[in-house]
Amino acid sequence: MTATVGQQAQAAARANDVWKVYGSGEAQVIALRGVSAEFERGHFTAIMGPSGSGKSTLMHCLAGLDSVTRGTVAIGETTVTGLGDSGLTKLRRDKVGFIFQQFNLLPTLTAKENILLPLSIAGRKPDPAWYDTVIDTVGLRDRLDHRPAQLSGGQQQRVACARALVSRPEVIFADEPTGNLDSRSGAEVLNFLRNSVREHNQTIVMVTHDPTAAAYADRVVFLADGQIVSELIEPTADTVLDTMKKLDTSAEVGN
Amino acid sequence: MFRATLKSLLARKVRLILSGLAVVLGVMFVSGAFVLTDTLGRSFDSVFADGFSEIDVNVAAKPKVEVSEVQGEQTANPVPATVVDRVKQVPGVASATGIVNADGARVIGSNGKVVTSFGPPQLGENWTGESELLQLREGRGPQAEDEIVINKSLATAAKLQVGQKVGVLTAFESKKRDFTLVGILGYSGDRDSIGGVNEVFFTTPVAQRLMLGAPDAFSSITVRAADGVSDETLRDDVARTLGAQYEVKTGEQVAADAAASLKEGLSFFNKILLGFAAVALLVGTFLILNTFSIIVAQRTRELALMRAIGASGRQIIGSVVLEAIAVGLIASVLGLAAGIGVGALLAFLFGKLAGGLTLAGIGVPAAAVIGSFAVGLVITVVAALLPALRASRIPPIAAMQDVATPDRPLTKITVAGSVVTGIGAVLLFLGLSGNAGGQTLPTILGGVLFAFIGVALLTPLISRPVVSLLGAIFSWSVPGKLGRLNSGRNPRRTAITAAALMVGIALVTGVTVILDSAKGSISALADDTIKAELVISGVQGGPRPPSFDPGVLDRAKTLPGVQMVDGEYGDMAKLNGESTWVAASSDVASLRQIFGAKPTAGDIDRLSPTQMLVSSDTADSRGLSVGSTVNVQLTRGEARTYTVSGIYESSQLTNPVVLPVTAAKDFAIPQPIQGFIQLAPGTRVADVQPQVETLLADSPEVSVADRAEFIKQQTSQLDGLLTMIQILLALAIVIAVLGIINTLALSVLERTRELGLLRAIGLRRGQTMGMITVEAVVISVFGALLGVVVGSGLGAAVVEALKDEGITDLILPWGQMGVFLGLAAIIGVVAAVLPAVRAARINVLGAIAHD
Repeated sequence: MTATVGQQAQAAARANDVWKVYGSGEAQVIALRGVSAEFERGHFTAIMGPSGSGKSTLMHCLAGLDSVTRGTVAIGETTVTGLGDSGLTKLRRDKVGFIFQQFNLLPTLTAKENILLPLSIAGRKPDPAWYDTVIDTVGLRDRLDHRPAQLSGGQQQRVACARALVSRPEVIFADEPTGNLDSRSGAEVLNFLRNSVREHNQTIVMVTHDPTAAAYADRVVFLADGQIVSELIEPTADTVLDTMKKLDTSAEVGN
Repeated sequence: MFRATLKSLLARKVRLILSGLAVVLGVMFVSGAFVLTDTLGRSFDSVFADGFSEIDVNVAAKPKVEVSEVQGEQTANPVPATVVDRVKQVPGVASATGIVNADGARVIGSNGKVVTSFGPPQLGENWTGESELLQLREGRGPQAEDEIVINKSLATAAKLQVGQKVGVLTAFESKKRDFTLVGILGYSGDRDSIGGVNEVFFTTPVAQRLMLGAPDAFSSITVRAADGVSDETLRDDVARTLGAQYEVKTGEQVAADAAASLKEGLSFFNKILLGFAAVALLVGTFLILNTFSIIVAQRTRELALMRAIGASGRQIIGSVVLEAIAVGLIASVLGLAAGIGVGALLAFLFGKLAGGLTLAGIGVPAAAVIGSFAVGLVITVVAALLPALRASRIPPIAAMQDVATPDRPLTKITVAGSVVTGIGAVLLFLGLSGNAGGQTLPTILGGVLFAFIGVALLTPLISRPVVSLLGAIFSWSVPGKLGRLNSGRNPRRTAITAAALMVGIALVTGVTVILDSAKGSISALADDTIKAELVISGVQGGPRPPSFDPGVLDRAKTLPGVQMVDGEYGDMAKLNGESTWVAASSDVASLRQIFGAKPTAGDIDRLSPTQMLVSSDTADSRGLSVGSTVNVQLTRGEARTYTVSGIYESSQLTNPVVLPVTAAKDFAIPQPIQGFIQLAPGTRVADVQPQVETLLADSPEVSVADRAEFIKQQTSQLDGLLTMIQILLALAIVIAVLGIINTLALSVLERTRELGLLRAIGLRRGQTMGMITVEAVVISVFGALLGVVVGSGLGAAVVEALKDEGITDLILPWGQMGVFLGLAAIIGVVAAVLPAVRAARINVLGAIAHD
């Protein structure tokens, strides 16, 4: 589906010289200082960085959840910067999926209802074949009628993943998806995310501070002080950890 | 989306029930009002249909003075006996019977007191034999002049038996006359009374003399049609024969007319109930607004998630409004059901009170159903709109982080509150100063509404200093201090909770200020002006005011120590064709000597039989001056011309028109209804009072009281009114209490983690409960304080506007206000019980781990 599209369109999400400034005067905080990055279609990209490096802000800006102070953000062929509320709503419906650290399932709905919620909000019917594929991939078929409270953390996060996948968004943004899980459940979820990229050509952008989690990605982008400082292709937990250590040291030296 | 909304609704049942309860109560009033008036209306319909069932055609003379239901009672103009013979000559008439039927036959019970009917008339009639409707239960019909028959319910109430001597006061004799009870009658269907009416039957000549004051005359003629003649044809034939001065109607028409005039009175009752429904709903609106705001705040993360996965702002508004519709719908159904119950109960009580009105089946008119749903749904949805709007503005990013909802500045809401309060003040000013161009009442009500909403909007601003000041009282203990700080934490929520209480308290305070001021002003005026030491009067129990034998006045005058005696008569009359209230004094000089009237023109100390006095207001409005002639038509007799011989300054205690006492014989009640006795200087009241009492032995409807007691009696009606209004407004306060419980329950829920932490570091259960209680008390006392201030302001404004109507003294009920504040503190404690218990039971470990 991408063979005929040019290089520019192959990026599922793009940030171009993005600045984000909070507050004013003495209380001013510059979260992003001219970040430019491309996130390729069909790739699993991790954004890493120490606390306060701006990694979450970058993701929020990319997803259109937060406005940028300067620069532009695009998802697929849509320029996010400057979109109004209805444009952003449409963007979130059609092009973006989210996975949260806190799972964020509606406690009153069953797993199945939670998974289908984005579609029912948009007033669309699920594609039955794709729905079956998603359910089978996350392995939740026998748990569909359970409420979130009756599921383990790992299962809840898999429901959340299925919810993000079911509407086939252009990009899925995952915010510390394994932050609240034990290592085994975390590995399950990460495997599953990687598989959905490999097998279904899904694009995923994940924010994490866990080197092991980042190692599942195809590429890791490192942020420090609101700027991209480094990048790793085909990372392993060790190379990620090393890079992080260097960043920490340089930060200490800087201080 | 739809399903998600309904499911989340079901997950918060308790909270929504609390907010729904307010709607239920409001709707209950609405539907109750409609059900009550409908049921009573249909009951009266059937009463009148029964009462006039044996009339095919009814002939009556046109009344000389038309009296509306609100002004009093219509008195029939007698029909001469010769007309009966003329009617009999009309072809198609099977029979024509002259009927005497007039209010004012008052039976003295075996306890020596007059039996009252509490509303329905006490009819005195001529006996024309048994009929399908009237059936003798015991004894026989009256044959001699001193024989009567009464209906069963009256006999029961008076505890009388056949053969006993009975004292009766009649329309033309307010002095007791003794009769022998020869029979007791009932009505078809084994009824003891029709609609609570008491009936006394005399022989025809006695009835004519005592009830109509005219021998050879009747109140009306009952005509039965010959076989094959329709009522309508007969009516037209009789009308043609008799000419325009007679009203000829079919029995059905008479019944419908009689019922219609009663229903006019009922619709007034309906309006009062609807007024209270409006108050309940206004307070309920605050409660719903608050509940939905809190629900939205609590669901921030959930709503943000919805936004993040693609819900539009509109869909969020839709989901909140959908919840509101569901709550409104359920509350309307419950409120409608409760209202039907309340309406039925009230109708039952009313029926009992009205001496056994046989109720038609309880009906639910379409207006009740439509009104209930319209009001319930609209109020709920309107109240939920603002929170829904706020919900739609939740950024999706809130799903990812614990966005501490920043304490938004109060500038906007303060500006809005000032503007709305300003509009309210302007409307109030226009309405109260009489510049509203005929829309006085709606303008004033609108003003009050705007003022309430405006003050509610300003409440967050006011709450900060006031709440911290109030809370300072409790700051001596740590839980007290924490509670105080908590109540200042969310000024908007505190404010709106307090505002709900404010509305109820403000209304009660306002009404109390107005009525107390009215009472105080009238008492002060009466006390300053009335120069009579003893007053003869009675308590009105039905449409006819109590009256007494004029002979008492003459005899009282001869008592030692009595300087002046005045008997007051009153009636509705037509002056140059316009209806007005006229009075007659047995001693005109009393106008100046007892009532302190000041002459502005002519002579007001004496009246010849062709002269009249008018007040300065009447003179101005009708363009009269000394020497003007006025055509006066009284209830009875022919119109006569009087010459204005004097004009006196109008005051609260003077009548618009004073006629010579000779005119009183043509009044609807030709007996004095009040008597004033002035004693010579140095005479002891206690010496004269028992002697006057003795004189009144044969007029048991009235009694003699000293001046202070009389003034108290006159103002005691206002006390009754005040109590009734306070009871009904208490409902608004109950709704506000629900609001406080709701707010506290939510605060506890929100602060689970915090409470757990406090408990973990050593706060005892009791201290936790104390902390919550302080928060509740601070909120409710704050609301009551606002209510007292706003209510006093509104009340003072109304009193100021009524200055010209004679309410000159502004009386602020300090004692009552203190009670309200104390009550608010108790309300706070009560409202805190459940949330406090809940807070104290929080599992420490679970709370800290609580997400």
